[in-house]
Amino acid sequence: MIPELGHLSLIIGLAFAFLLASVPLIGVARKDQYLVRYAWPLSYGMFFFIFLSVVVLGYSFAIDDFSVAYVAHHSNSELPIFFKIAAVWGGHEGSLLFWVFALSCWAAAVAFFSKGLEEVFTARVLAVLAMITIGFTLFMVLTSSPFERLFPVPMEGRDLNPMLQDVGLIFHPPMLYLGYVGFAVSFAFAIAALMGGSLDSAWARWSRPWTLAAWIFLTGGISLGSWWAYYELGWGGWWFWDPVENASFMPWLIGTALLHSVIVTEKRAAFRNWTVLLSIFAFSLSLLGTFIVRSGVLTSVHSFAADPSRGMFILLLLGLAVGGSLTLFAFRASEMKSPARFELKSKETMLLVCNILLTVACGTVLLGTLYPLLIDALNMGKISVGPPYFNAVFVPIVLVLFVFMGIGPNIRWKKSKPGELKAKLLVPAIIATVAGVAAPFLADGQFNIWVMMGVGTATWVTASTFRAALDITKDKDGSFSLARMGRSQLGMIIAHLGIAVSVVGGTMVSNYSIEKSVRMGPGISQELAGYTFNYIETKNVVGPNYTAQQGQVEVTKDGEFVALLRPDRRQYNVRTMDMTEAGIDWGLFRDLYITMGDPLSRTQFAVRLNYKPFVRWLWFGSIFMMVGGVFAASDKRYRTKKVTEASKADAKKAKLATA
Amino acid sequence: MNKLIFKFLGMILLSMTLISSAFATPVDTYEFKSVDKQKRALELAHSLRCPQCQNQNLIDSNSPVAQDLRLEVYQMVDAGKADDEIIEFMTSRYGEFVLYKPRMEAKTYALWLGPVALLLFGLLIGFFFIRKQRITEVDEQELSAEDQKELDKLLKRADK
Amino acid sequence: MKKRLVLFIPLVLFLVMGVFLYKGLFLNPQNLDSALEGKPIPAFQLERLEDRGDLITNESLKGKVSLLNVWATWCPSCKYEHPYLMRLARQDILPIYGINYRDERAMAIRELNRQGDPYTVNIFDHDGRLGLDLGVYGAPESYLVDHNGIIRYRYAGPIDQRVWNETLFPMIEELQAAAKLDGAS
Repeated sequence: MIPELGHLSLIIGLAFAFLLASVPLIGVARKDQYLVRYAWPLSYGMFFFIFLSVVVLGYSFAIDDFSVAYVAHHSNSELPIFFKIAAVWGGHEGSLLFWVFALSCWAAAVAFFSKGLEEVFTARVLAVLAMITIGFTLFMVLTSSPFERLFPVPMEGRDLNPMLQDVGLIFHPPMLYLGYVGFAVSFAFAIAALMGGSLDSAWARWSRPWTLAAWIFLTGGISLGSWWAYYELGWGGWWFWDPVENASFMPWLIGTALLHSVIVTEKRAAFRNWTVLLSIFAFSLSLLGTFIVRSGVLTSVHSFAADPSRGMFILLLLGLAVGGSLTLFAFRASEMKSPARFELKSKETMLLVCNILLTVACGTVLLGTLYPLLIDALNMGKISVGPPYFNAVFVPIVLVLFVFMGIGPNIRWKKSKPGELKAKLLVPAIIATVAGVAAPFLADGQFNIWVMMGVGTATWVTASTFRAALDITKDKDGSFSLARMGRSQLGMIIAHLGIAVSVVGGTMVSNYSIEKSVRMGPGISQELAGYTFNYIETKNVVGPNYTAQQGQVEVTKDGEFVALLRPDRRQYNVRTMDMTEAGIDWGLFRDLYITMGDPLSRTQFAVRLNYKPFVRWLWFGSIFMMVGGVFAASDKRYRTKKVTEASKADAKKAKLATA
Repeated sequence: MNKLIFKFLGMILLSMTLISSAFATPVDTYEFKSVDKQKRALELAHSLRCPQCQNQNLIDSNSPVAQDLRLEVYQMVDAGKADDEIIEFMTSRYGEFVLYKPRMEAKTYALWLGPVALLLFGLLIGFFFIRKQRITEVDEQELSAEDQKELDKLLKRADK
Repeated sequence: MKKRLVLFIPLVLFLVMGVFLYKGLFLNPQNLDSALEGKPIPAFQLERLEDRGDLITNESLKGKVSLLNVWATWCPSCKYEHPYLMRLARQDILPIYGINYRDERAMAIRELNRQGDPYTVNIFDHDGRLGLDLGVYGAPESYLVDHNGIIRYRYAGPIDQRVWNETLFPMIEELQAAAKLDGAS
């Protein structure tokens, strides 16, 4: 009975979405404010009923209702409760439900926080969001309902894929979906602006905090995913250029471009069409990602079970949403010349170049990801495009981008003063060159061009960002005051530093990792990168739904105890699957990472020892970026309430940014 | 449609044979003759795709065929074979599919030159855009004032 | 108006991509063509499964259009395929040569004794060397070989009635006709 209620509530949610997609627009057409205002309660209603059906699915998991096919396939009575809850989004159907839920959350949030905006505009935004909700809810109800029953009812569930039984995977998908779907809001803002024919600064200003919020979630989702892959898959890799990873990375690249282009539209009323186009692209790429993950057109380690009929439906949605919006764009894009003028040497130019480079980088990733499909569709055979290709083409593009990233914050709008740039950036340039050239020699005494470029550009970005911060905080009389810095400037500085931190991490771990595969057993010790690994014993461990053999490895350096690592090999009972769990000792400047391979004799195992310098910096950097995003989104400019309600608005904005 | 379903079922059957315990990380204790050779062999094996797996390279996959091929790469490197020879060995048996870095040839021109073309195209557009907007004379005063008024109006409404 | 047209470029690009994505739905990225199609069976010299002393070489397989079937006892899809191979063997359309791939001799023989033996000859490829040279990536796989010992087609996955009717049998008929023509001339 309860699961049917969930299904019913989903259908009611769908009905609300249908109303929300039509009533306010009819109201706008008839200039009937009464109808327009229906958008708000309808948004909340849609949110409520979809939320209810998520709760019902969660409840079915919690009480082990294996009569629900989705629960039976993704849970087990012995699964710990938090994994049961995470299993709600662990499979195709449930994650789709979560996708739609995320969308309705964003719609409700827009309804709630946009009271200060133009009413007609907001109603249009909500209607567009409802249209997307309709598409995906229909998809779910028609082809992949998570509430389908199973008969006869199995006694026990098939368990959640052991790979997904992990903390990282509890938070990674929700973050990623909130990010993906968040770009639907920027998309809806752009479409609403096109409908209304007013691509102005106000639209850009309204859209920006939402774009930032989506970007923050996507950044979090991607880095959680990469962190998870690092410690869970046992290879010690953090980015594989897999189609599914690329699918999340492309919207991020375009989203980042959008964040920068929207600044120009807001402040200088320029690049309007470009900003609209990027808003459409960001969401289109999110949809494309959904298609890639769920249709099986590309082979990936992470995709859901492939099903062509699902692929067909998503392709149809993709065609309607993207085709429709691009058609609208072609007919309604502004032909008005931008009134803003700028010189070649100006902030506008820097932001334009940043946009071009980010878009080209994204285009490259798209090309590489879809190329095998292209060749196959043309009957020219099967080829693979993998990490060596992406590294070769992507890295040079972003290195150039980093150069401009240092200039951007230091240059003026419209026109830079002659000589000013040189005066400001000479010192950072010298520091960066010295650091870049010195880094490889300090690391291992050998010249390495990639380390030089990586560390050099990261230092350049850091030094020039600090220089910009200095200029912002310095008064004319030479005194410093942090109060002079706006939140969005502070956010920009933190986020740019975050990029630098991640780049250092990526460069170091890619070039200076050391690994060694050896036979180990009680009493055997091995040396790696100055550390001594001492294998003490193998313990048998019984987990809630697995048994494991766990190695106990003591690590010492110069005779001093460093850590006790416990890599294990798990056998999951239900799915009879073997998993390796790495033993990791993490540190600010290095990780020690051990994985257990197959047993070689009764007491000995093949063991892989890894030394990974600076690997944590990758994720520290993304935390910086997210924090920077939160600061930028909470800037004063975006608060829509009256001054007297400032404190209340503050709280709300903060909630919005962290929600 | 029927065909699709069959294909799907076939794929499930196939995958049952192939993915048995695909998630345990393989560790080989192969002893290389030198550290340099190890480095080269690992790099090469990283850039070759396991022909039966879901997008994994030879190092990361523990499927039997990946294990065989990995060992083959190690032995060939140790025996002093050049990278080209090893790649030729692999492609003559498993096809172009195993190369993560496709060769530069007629059908991959677009892949390798695409990014360069995109970059040039993008920068060219950017350059012309900047030049054009600089020389177009607009009555800046009037337009931006109008814009400003409109903006003020909208934002005032927002501040209410 | 010319400016308007520029605005249609993104739409056009998207539509082109959409066509490819649509085509992609009907392709199976896992289904690889063999790199050996059109090439002779790689040279080998291996023991017969049932008899250590009996050596089989690539030359032994020439003369007739044949089916080379890679199988193993550890492979569940091979068990699924087995009854169909038995049926084919009874129809006696062409010789089926087995390659027992990365398997244990005793287990393989026991399996054949229990389930029946559809193979004309069984080649024992214990260390998978022949499999590697053939480009085998998983069992079962089947290779169509013409009378000159040239590999014409590879099918990866279990053979069943549908695959036989739609793909393999028409090709076999063609190859056998060509062989007859060759023999006549």
